[in-house]
Amino acid sequence: MSRQAPAVLDAGQRHPVRFTLNGRKAGGEAEPRMLLHDFLRHVLGATGTHVGCEHGICGACTVQIDGAPARACLTLAVQADGAEIRTVEGLALAPDRLSALQEAFRAHHGLQCGFCTPGILMSLDALLRERPDCGEAEIRETLSGHLCRCTGYTPIVKAALAAAEALRVPHHA
Amino acid sequence: MTLDVHAQTVGEGGWVGISIPRVEDAALLAGRGRFIDDLGMPPGTLHAAILRSPHAHATIESIRTDAARAMPGVAAILTGTELRALTTSLVVGVKAPVECWPMAIDRVRYVGEPVAVAVATDRYLAEDALGAIEVSYAPLPAVVAPLDALRDGAPLLHEGFPGNIASDRSFSYGDPDGAFASAPHRIGVDVDYPRNACTPIETYGVVAEYDPALDAYDVLANFQGPFSIHAVIARALRVPGNRLRLRTPPDSGGSFGVKQGIFPYIVLIAVAARLAGRPVKWIEDRMEHLAGAVSATNRVTRLQAAVAEDGRILALDWDQIEDCGAHLRAPEPATLYRMHGNMTGAYAIRNLHIRNRVVVTNKLPTGLNRGFGGPQIYFPLERLISRIAATLGLDPLAVVRRNLVPADAFPYRTATGALLDSGDYRAALDVALRDGDHESLLARRAAARVEGRLYGIGYAAVVEPSVSNMGYITTVLTAAERRRAGPKNGAQATATITLDPVGSVSVHVASVPQGQGHRTVLSQVVADVFGLRPSDIRVVTELDTAKDAWSIASGNYASRFAPAVAGAAQIAATRLRERLARIAAAQLNARADELVFSAGKVFSPGNPGNAIPFTRLAATGHWAPATLPEEVEQSLRETVFWTPPQLDAPNDADEVNSSLCHGFIFDFCGVEVDRDTGEIRLDRYVTMHDCGRILHPGMVAGQITGGFAHALGAALLEEQSYAPDGSLLTGTLADYLIPTAREVPEPVILHYETPSPFTPLGAKGVGEGNTMSTPVCIANAVADALGLADIRLPLLPSRLSEALHGAEPQPPHHEARPPQATQGERTLFGRGRASVDATPEQLWAMLLDPALLARVVPGADNVRRESDTRFRAEVTLGIGPVRGRYRAEIALSDLDPPRAVTLSGSVDGALGFGRGRGRLRLVPVGQARTELTYDYEAAVGGKIASIGGRLLDGAARVVIGQFFESLAVQASGRRPSLWRRLLRLFRRRA
Ligand code: FES
Ligand code: FES
Repeated sequence: MSRQAPAVLDAGQRHPVRFTLNGRKAGGEAEPRMLLHDFLRHVLGATGTHVGCEHGICGACTVQIDGAPARACLTLAVQADGAEIRTVEGLALAPDRLSALQEAFRAHHGLQCGFCTPGILMSLDALLRERPDCGEAEIRETLSGHLCRCTGYTPIVKAALAAAEALRVPHHA
Repeated sequence: MTLDVHAQTVGEGGWVGISIPRVEDAALLAGRGRFIDDLGMPPGTLHAAILRSPHAHATIESIRTDAARAMPGVAAILTGTELRALTTSLVVGVKAPVECWPMAIDRVRYVGEPVAVAVATDRYLAEDALGAIEVSYAPLPAVVAPLDALRDGAPLLHEGFPGNIASDRSFSYGDPDGAFASAPHRIGVDVDYPRNACTPIETYGVVAEYDPALDAYDVLANFQGPFSIHAVIARALRVPGNRLRLRTPPDSGGSFGVKQGIFPYIVLIAVAARLAGRPVKWIEDRMEHLAGAVSATNRVTRLQAAVAEDGRILALDWDQIEDCGAHLRAPEPATLYRMHGNMTGAYAIRNLHIRNRVVVTNKLPTGLNRGFGGPQIYFPLERLISRIAATLGLDPLAVVRRNLVPADAFPYRTATGALLDSGDYRAALDVALRDGDHESLLARRAAARVEGRLYGIGYAAVVEPSVSNMGYITTVLTAAERRRAGPKNGAQATATITLDPVGSVSVHVASVPQGQGHRTVLSQVVADVFGLRPSDIRVVTELDTAKDAWSIASGNYASRFAPAVAGAAQIAATRLRERLARIAAAQLNARADELVFSAGKVFSPGNPGNAIPFTRLAATGHWAPATLPEEVEQSLRETVFWTPPQLDAPNDADEVNSSLCHGFIFDFCGVEVDRDTGEIRLDRYVTMHDCGRILHPGMVAGQITGGFAHALGAALLEEQSYAPDGSLLTGTLADYLIPTAREVPEPVILHYETPSPFTPLGAKGVGEGNTMSTPVCIANAVADALGLADIRLPLLPSRLSEALHGAEPQPPHHEARPPQATQGERTLFGRGRASVDATPEQLWAMLLDPALLARVVPGADNVRRESDTRFRAEVTLGIGPVRGRYRAEIALSDLDPPRAVTLSGSVDGALGFGRGRGRLRLVPVGQARTELTYDYEAAVGGKIASIGGRLLDGAARVVIGQFFESLAVQASGRRPSLWRRLLRLFRRRA
């Protein structure tokens, strides 16, 4: 996909934004100031990505842009034109089959209210792909970019370790 | 979605007590949660944005909204004028002539107080409109600290609260005076407990609609209860309760009490919808949340104890000053009275004196937050235990043991009226020490100390109340006032079980969960009653006040779910089962009371082969009501309202059983404090809980680890801080620090179960206890490590620095002593050098020549010489976005011609003010060259002080650089080459 944005965007105008969302083509129009999370949630109706602070600290809005975790609240929708976006809605293997990471969260009570969870899953998903052998320290390091007020993190760390283990031994997944 | 529940077989004692996977999780993990901002809105829904006060205290002189109203997409602007016309003030929890509005009417009293609401077709446009609303304020002096609020002549917030005091009550139980008079020791602590807030990751959200034909409001909000607030909202909106339909969304992103505080915004958005004539939606943003949602109270406490030689506490004397912020909002001052029955904690102390004062200050109003009143009393109480041990040379554990309520005393009535339901505190403590390996912690401390490391151990024993008595808050009134107002008491829980025509079971409760897995636990409880699997039970927890069974105590607070709501569901299911058993008895020719409900069937134990499927039996009431035995009126639905009889209204002696259940927690921990940095490392944390019967171990563990993380934040990081002028210093999550996975270790969790005799399932609350025990346990450990008597939360390294390193020494370069910055000011430091093609003597002459100075000082004009060493000037300076004109005064001192001089000065202007001092040294280099070195320190205040320090430092360097550059030019009589100027510019940027 081409990633050419017009050199100058008119602040008062809506501009077409097209990208791949969880493997499917998606698009709409956005003013240059519209944030990516608003575009995902309110233009495309993909409400799985959450917003907790809009200033880059809480991590709830984390999505993957071209494979790398990114804060949707610090990204303009027009910046994502032409990108590959992955959100929590794209994690499950099938509508009735959760991924190993999601399953591990369920088994280890890695979530309570579930509001922080989509962002955490997107960061951990990228971590486990990049660093399949990661241990607790690395997991905690990655998680430190996210705030969770419910769990006290211990169950999340356990879920992530279990998922890493399951992914290393695929037939157990 | 396949749930493991299908495959799982029921345990010995049924489903309750097993950690089954939560029914909530599959949807949440797949991004299919249904939080308020995820739900579809009625067509035409508008969006609101709120303008908030930048002042802590000011009169609103005027608000001009014409320009904002004319902006594209704007449908309505709501200000205090319209609000006052369409609503009534929120009720205030004490008897005083005071109003409490959800938005400022003619005066703002805290930074972040709503001042106007803009309603537009989308949120971006609504926020644009805020920029066009012009408010003119006349600032008033602000008061921030509760003790300052009590001083004579302090700025007054409300005329109806003289001296800023909203309530002042004294209580006496037993004979405290006698005990203090005869006790050998009087030992006390003074505590200034800080403000913090539980900050759920999902913020507030409201969608409101008004129907003018019915004069009725329909509101969807992620409110959490208590639903006593429904009456408060309806009254403010001037409608009867049946004209306020309040609904909650299926999912809520955490609350911890905080989402009770949304109710003023429900009123505000409801009125905005009425004004706009269309549905209005508002989703709070994080900065609004930190400035304008709700916070826990901060409290100043003096706690004194009369103590016997052996450490036994004979009497307590509490003096509490509670700071509720700018308005006393419902249910405040409940934070102060929630623990009233528990003012002796886990100890058997019969004599007490209590004085409770409630003050108002120019800060965010307070409300429910996890722990609600517990952290504020256990910090002084458990610090006191530690001080008693230190003062009398006793082991802290010996002091705890000596005072604990003995096991044979339960149910134990405390001096202030609580009925402690069950427990064996000493046994729980012994098990904790054994299983938590206290011995090894003692050994680690000893070893660390031998090596010279700072290691300490702390303890805390607390009673964790749950299921609040809705009447406890009336303890703030005198007995006579209570008699006039009529009794308030109880803690009604509701549950409805419905059987549908195919015999499947639905459960509805008014518990409004915020992520605690209520649906899962209820499916377990009800499955056990009917002999079904949890996956057979459908549980609905969203609440609709127009259709569902609810009462004032409904909602998610005071840890009431497991003890009260789950119990009510069990009672409802059991009643329905009894009816089904009667129907089955007729068909099976058996006695109803001997029938077994198991594995989806109903049968008599003597003849299991002859069984009726549960679903068929359950459907009977729909398909063949005429076949029902006479005494079974219907078998379709059962609603239970359950209230515990133990929760009486406060009596005339001001004794109150403030809560139904009382868990026990005993914590201990080892910490190490880094001698250099003051950083605290939690070596081990052990937390023992008696929360009665455990319904779902995984969720209980989650409540404990979650509460522990909140508590760790309160102990080490979190404080909502305000400058003395009332400006908010923690307005973003980069400033209000919440612990991350790097800071929160895994606690060792232990259990000692004594089921509550007062709750249907024997369960007690568990989610709040660590917020009460953990902050003081860690503080006790740090006090032990550093040998401190006084310790204040949060335990930031900067706070410990004086204990570690002594008072901060003066900076080494004493030539230029900084003018001491007062709070709210920013300080700047710098040093540098420059060389100029002139002799020191030439430069010296220039420095004393006003005409020359005018050319050299950047932006200066009109330099006047007042004396040989004093000058006045006017200076125009731009720093970042703030450009202004200042009057400057400069004085020269410590003259050492032509080698050194000290310049000190001050500037003053509409945009701010500053003071500074610098020393300039001139050293000849060769024949006609001088090397100048300088250092300076300055403090600035006012608007320019709100600019980040880095920007200010950078600006100062630029200005000084310009000064020397001009000096060089003047001295040499030529301009530097363009190339040199560009080079310099580049270096400054780099
Ligand atoms: S919403 Fe993006 S980091 Fe918080
Ligand atoms: S599960 Fe609620 S914030 Fe993490």
